[in-house]
This record gives sequence, structure tokens and C-alpha cells, in this order.
Amino acid sequence: MSVVTVDGLALRFGDRTLFEALGFELERGELLAVLGPNGTGKTSLIRILLGLLEPSAGSVVIEGCPPQERCHRIGYVPQQRIFDRDVVLRGRDLVRLGLDGHRWGFGRFHPEDRARVDAALAEVGAEAYADAPLGRLSGGEQQRLRVAQALVADPVVILADEPLLSLDLAHQRGVVDLLDARRESAGTPVVFVTHDVNPVLHTVDRVLYLAPGSSAIGTPDEVLTSETLTRLYGTEVDVLRVRGRVVVVGTPDDQHVHHVENGH
Amino acid sequence: MFIQLLGYHFVHNALWAGAVVAVVSGAIGVFVVARGMSFAVHAISELGFTGAAGALVLGISPVIGILGGSLLVGLVLGLLSLRGRERDSAIGAVLAFGLGFGVLFITVYQGYATEALNLLFGSIVAVSDTQLWTLAIVGAVVLLGVAVLYRPLFFSSVDPEIAAARGVPLRALSVAIFLLLALATAAAIQIVGVLLVLTLVITPAAAAQRLTGRPTLALLLSIAIALVSTEGGILLSLAKPWPTSFFITTISFSIYVAARIVDWSRGRQSRLISSPPRRMWAVR
Repeated sequence: MSVVTVDGLALRFGDRTLFEALGFELERGELLAVLGPNGTGKTSLIRILLGLLEPSAGSVVIEGCPPQERCHRIGYVPQQRIFDRDVVLRGRDLVRLGLDGHRWGFGRFHPEDRARVDAALAEVGAEAYADAPLGRLSGGEQQRLRVAQALVADPVVILADEPLLSLDLAHQRGVVDLLDARRESAGTPVVFVTHDVNPVLHTVDRVLYLAPGSSAIGTPDEVLTSETLTRLYGTEVDVLRVRGRVVVVGTPDDQHVHHVENGH
Repeated sequence: MFIQLLGYHFVHNALWAGAVVAVVSGAIGVFVVARGMSFAVHAISELGFTGAAGALVLGISPVIGILGGSLLVGLVLGLLSLRGRERDSAIGAVLAFGLGFGVLFITVYQGYATEALNLLFGSIVAVSDTQLWTLAIVGAVVLLGVAVLYRPLFFSSVDPEIAAARGVPLRALSVAIFLLLALATAAAIQIVGVLLVLTLVITPAAAAQRLTGRPTLALLLSIAIALVSTEGGILLSLAKPWPTSFFITTISFSIYVAARIVDWSRGRQSRLISSPPRRMWAVR
């Protein structure tokens, strides 16, 4: 029984089609990487899965329920955006918002809620700076707290939208490992949007590649090949494997060339 | 003389009115500062002035005019729910247009000029029993609104992206905070006047923000700072016949400066203690 079922999904803005006839199922414990150049609808797909954007056609069902009805908790890790230095919020408060920030009133902080926040903080190793003002923390520390915020409510699925952007390599690996650990321990499936597959390559089960006007889904070995990407882009594209890393050369915007530079 | 004054009914009214306005402004200010809405406060209060001037011309209570003007502009700004620079320029345009009408109304109005002056700079000593009750009701409405909306309002103020993903209705909350702000501003105008509303809505919350990273503590500190400024200002103006608004702004600004100094010295200490490499990769 799959956790997420996407069927015949299409998204159009005016006469511009971002994607169509998109279909996949996400099983428990599965990690799906969503790849592709800018402007192909990766973030829009996440917004549809969150129930924030209405697709032009097709359906999404998460544990038997459309996402806009919000029957289930969805963990969301956004692109890292540094908090204002002045924001009146500690790491602990950020995580708590993930638990009950959407409820009315002041809310009493029950001991069991406090325990869940503490557990989430411990899970991402953020106890040391949980009580420091958020704005004074580094980007990597803030992003760890983001992961804790997504995990604290025991989500049925985790959606991560470029969560590694502007993180250094150590923190990139840290964030990937945290999501991977939750996937192992609780079987929570993960949708991971990224422009660079390499930081998650070791843990990816399947890849959804969104190219302008077409898409492909399958295991990394099926999708990340010269043949598949050449077909998707309609132009000669080479996929090279260099020391266990995937390097894509020859896409129209050459946006993957930088893969070579930020190697491990 | 000072002790004698404390026995007068109008002084009691002033102190109570000041307390209501301080609590309301301090509470709403926390959200205003978190959302970067200082300029909107200014616009709402100036448009409150236009409303009051219009009410004077029509011969109705200026309080009705203040409420009408600030609620109208609060509703419009809230519905637009703009962000960043677009909000900044939109508020500027609305503010200038509304003030034009304010000037017209004041020119047309044939009554006493002091009434207009009181609107601009406040007149705490002239609070009647009816006004006090009106203030208390407006204040109760705002505080109730803040209490009911507290968590989603706070969530959408500090972390709008995740709040939206959680199903928090951002636009509805934007309208709600603007309307609550309009009510709080309309209340504060009667104490410190149109031009100095910022001293009660922004300054205490901005000072509290410097002192703590705890949201609940910041809320309480902001209210406390607003209370000390208002009540202190009223008491000082009994002892020395200078404008109450002057004392209120001076006290709240002094607390703000002190808070910045405390914050700065704490930051200096922690920079001296903490090892530099941790910060190296924090800088992007």
C-alpha cells in the first residue's frame, strides 16, 4: 500500500505546460529525488503535494486523502533561508511551531509536547543551541532545526525542497543523513527536490527527472543515462560517472556543469 | 501639589486610559515588529487623523472618525497582503492621498484649532468616563483577538512559508492583524496623538526584541515597557507642565536605547568567548 499516489498530474500556466501525465507511487521507506533544470515545476510539484496549488489535471492522494484536506501531517523542509538576526524565536520555538503552530489560542505546553520537541531536537543533534536566539545561529544549524520542525509531528511523508542549497558539504551530508535516518527508523518516505543528485545519490531509490515538456521516472541507473536525458531534452546530453558521482554535460542551459566543482 | 493632583478624577481616568492603551499597544507591537509593519502603523494612524478631521467637519465624535479611518486603511492594506518593497510603496501612496484629505478637512473645519492639535499630539488629561469605557471595550476586543489568534498569527509572522504549508490561512491572518492594529492605533491616538503612535506600538516591542529571544517573554516585556512609559509619562507631566507625549516618548526611547546597549554588550561578550571558527561558515 503506497503512501503517496500521483495520477495523471498536469500543470499548465496559460499555454505553457510545465508537466503532464505525471504518475508515480511512493512506498513506505522510499526516497524519491526530483531532479531537473529550473522552471520545470519541481517546486510547483511540492506545492501541489502540500495542497497549496491546484493542479490543472490529475490527482494526488496521501494515505487515502487529498492533501488540501490536511488529514495527515506532512513534513516540509524548505530551501534554506536565513532568519533575520532579530527574530524573537529560539530553535526550540521553531520546532514547537511545527507541532502546534497552526492551532488557535495561546495553548498550554503539555509535558508530552515538550518531550516531543526535546526528542526532535535530540534527533537532529541540536540540543546545544536549542535555546539560543535563532537569528544568531549559522545556516547549517538553522537547517537542522528545520528538519526537527518537520519531524516533530511524526509526518506521513517528508517533502524537502532544495534543502541543501547554500549549505556547506558537511551540513549537506548532515541534513541528508537526518532524513535518511528517519526513513530507516519510521519508514517515512521522502520526496527530495534537488538540482544536484550527488549529495543524495547513495540513498536514492528512484529519480523523477523533470525536463522542459517531458519527464522520466525510474531508478538512478535507468534515468541518469545519456540515452534517457538525450530523449528528454531532445538534444545530445552526456551523463558521466566520475568517481561515483554523476556529471551531466550538454543540457541546453548547461546548468549541471557545476556538479564537477562542488565535489565531495 | 503633585500628591494633590493624584486625588483628582481626571488623573485617575488618564492613568487608566494610559494603562489600557499601553497593554494593547505593547501586545500588538510584538507582531507589528515581527512582520516589519512599522510604516503601516504610521499610515494607519495618519489616516485615523483624516477620519477624525472628517468627523469634526461633520460634527460627529472624532473617535468614530479615527476608528473609521484606521479600520478602512487597515482593511485595504490587509486585503492587499503585500510584501517587501511593493507594500512599502503602496503604503506611501495611500498615506499621502489620505493626508491630502486630512488637510482639506482641517481647513474646512471652523471649530477650535486645539481639537486638531490634540489629535496630532494627544490629550491624555481630557479623557471622559465615556471615552474610558470606549477605550476599555476596544482594548478588550484587541486583546481577545490576539489571544485567540496568537499561535497562527505568530507562526505566520515569523515563518510564513511553513505556516502556509501547514494550512495556516495567511491572507485572513493578514487582514486580522491589520484590523487589530487599526483598533489599537485608534486607541493609542487618543493618548499620544497621531504623530506619536509609533512610540507605543513600535518602540516597546523593538526594545523587547533586543532583550530576549523568547516569544512569550518578549510579549510580556513589550507590554511592561509600554506601561512604564505611559504611566511614567503621565505622572511626570503632573509634576512638570510639559506635554505628556514628550515624557512618554522620552521614557520609551530611553528604554529602547538601553536595550540596544545591553544587547550590544552581551553580543560583545559572547563574541569574545566563543571560538571564531564556528562563525566562519555562518557568513554567506
